[in-house]
Amino acid sequence: MKKENEKERLRRFLREMLLIRRFEEKSAELYSAMKIRGFLHLYIGEEAVAVGVMEALTPEDAVVATYREHGQALARGMSPNAIMAEMYGKQEGCSRGRGGSMHLFDAATRFYGGNAIVGGGMPLSLGLAQADKMQGKARVTCCFFGDGAVAEGEFHESMNLASLWKLPVLFICENNLYAMGTAIRYTQAVQDLASKGAGYGVQSSSVDGMDVEAVEDAARKAAEYVRQGNGPYFLECRTYRFRPHSMFDTELYRGKDEVEEWKKRDPISLLSQRLKDEGLFSDQEMASMERDVAGEIEAAVAFAEAGTWEPVQDLTRFVYSEKRAS
Amino acid sequence: MSEQDTRRATTYREAMREAIREALLNDERVFLMGEDVGHYGGCYAVSKGLLAEFGPERIRDTPLSESAFVGAGIGAALGGMRPIVEIMTINFSLLAIDQILNNAATILHMSGGQFNVPLVIRMATGAGRQLAAQHAHSLEGWYAHIPGLRVVSPATLEDARGMLATALREPDPVIIFEHNTLYNLEGTLPENAGPVDIDSARVRRTGSDLTIITYSASLFKSLEAAESLAREGIEAEVIDLRSLRPLDDATYLASIAKTHRALIVDEGWRSGSIAAEISARIMEQGFYDLDLPVMRLCSAEVPIPYARHMEEAALPQVASIIAAAKRMVAHG
Repeated sequence: MKKENEKERLRRFLREMLLIRRFEEKSAELYSAMKIRGFLHLYIGEEAVAVGVMEALTPEDAVVATYREHGQALARGMSPNAIMAEMYGKQEGCSRGRGGSMHLFDAATRFYGGNAIVGGGMPLSLGLAQADKMQGKARVTCCFFGDGAVAEGEFHESMNLASLWKLPVLFICENNLYAMGTAIRYTQAVQDLASKGAGYGVQSSSVDGMDVEAVEDAARKAAEYVRQGNGPYFLECRTYRFRPHSMFDTELYRGKDEVEEWKKRDPISLLSQRLKDEGLFSDQEMASMERDVAGEIEAAVAFAEAGTWEPVQDLTRFVYSEKRAS
Repeated sequence: MSEQDTRRATTYREAMREAIREALLNDERVFLMGEDVGHYGGCYAVSKGLLAEFGPERIRDTPLSESAFVGAGIGAALGGMRPIVEIMTINFSLLAIDQILNNAATILHMSGGQFNVPLVIRMATGAGRQLAAQHAHSLEGWYAHIPGLRVVSPATLEDARGMLATALREPDPVIIFEHNTLYNLEGTLPENAGPVDIDSARVRRTGSDLTIITYSASLFKSLEAAESLAREGIEAEVIDLRSLRPLDDATYLASIAKTHRALIVDEGWRSGSIAAEISARIMEQGFYDLDLPVMRLCSAEVPIPYARHMEEAALPQVASIIAAAKRMVAHG
């Protein structure tokens, strides 16, 4: 019985990662077809991080995301339809088409936005956590950021303040080794990012970000630590982005062999291989899962295609709230 | 004398403190955070005594991390609180301007109306205390440039006492600029002083010969100049903008329709200033009421210098307002 549960759980992880992967492959295709415009930052290769971390959160917890956040949003349980429509710029999108790929928001899942100022979401996470603490709610605010953000002042200010005030923040660093196209060796004097927590008295650890089970296990322990009122936790997830930084990136800064080496540790292949090796998953089941995921993405694209444009006369709506004094 | 007419002596600083205290008493979601607001009592002593009364949960000393604590205020507002964030002085707010512009002012629109930010930020602004070039600028106009923010500038005791309560009821971010030369301003307030609107300008002195449009500490220089001009037979109408975003166009345009002369007195730098904005609006909406071009009296376009005589020379002063008004009346 226990084995069965474990199997279901791992298959769910696999499906979530597969959904992100295929959703993003489709997004890249739609970008080339000019259905999606602006910046498009793909998460491909990093799926295990979002899927593993979200598993450790409850629906009441809050998420502050980065601009590479399709995976974070999907793993959080946001609707693929609303995300795809958002990238199309349609008003059925999760931000009415005002945000696009980099600014997915969703009140229902407490998803406080893809933030496209590197490090800019970190202070927000402090306040969300502070509000929970002051209101006596045992909730966690989970704040995603990349290795690039660790160079920003806001990382250091936020780690200090979160620790000082024992705020319930789970800091998740997605270390994919590149701040846009600049390798971490050119930007960080100390490249062991998890070690930076010590200077602020923040409990920290690092985990293999290509192994969804390891991420889930580490995130669960970290979230529990935070939820129990011990203050913040800093979890560095060591991962890798298989695709270029954005659709404009010609990848002059890294070799194909490096990318290929990392692809051997593709989080989806790692998990599906493990499931197959243990006899928990057949090729037929994999094919069925692929079809199922493809159907969900097809539906999302159809939803986005059928979506409507926000009327231009609504341009200035929501600069200010529509209701003033309560 | 009815009870309503009973007035008591106070200062701008005390009025502000009373407003904060009242907000803390009335709404448990309200808290104050910023540098030195607690144990020190506030850089300008506005929050003196509040830590003892309300405790460290609600009167929070922060590290010198403007971006982190302003961003935390935004997050706390998103999370259901009503934070008052104090930034020690306007020049320091530049360390938090990313949070103010890219998050506070933007999230509601960018999220398609899902998340509003009911945050109040207070900060000291302005020159006149020989604080030199990193503590004394008037950048209110920069903030007034930003859609999504409300920007107010209380000059009087009534506004110091009453704007905060209204600002805290707003669903969107409000920045309150307190001119550092006003904290010691003395006067009286009615016993029942309470909330005031934060949208409209006020005519602080009526007159028929020219309209002086101003705000913050320059209001008092303008009023003093008007009294002096009156002795020479020139009656100036003095308008206190109070709110810099939104601007209350109707009030100053109505005045100009009467006086046909408009002088803007603004402690900000002239180029790209709020004075420039008002001048443009007058041209767009009140051009045919004017007998002569709008005139602006702004700070000299230099970093504010330390030496007293140089600082004075950099700012609009009573004498320069009088001179400008006289020139306008003589020529038009």
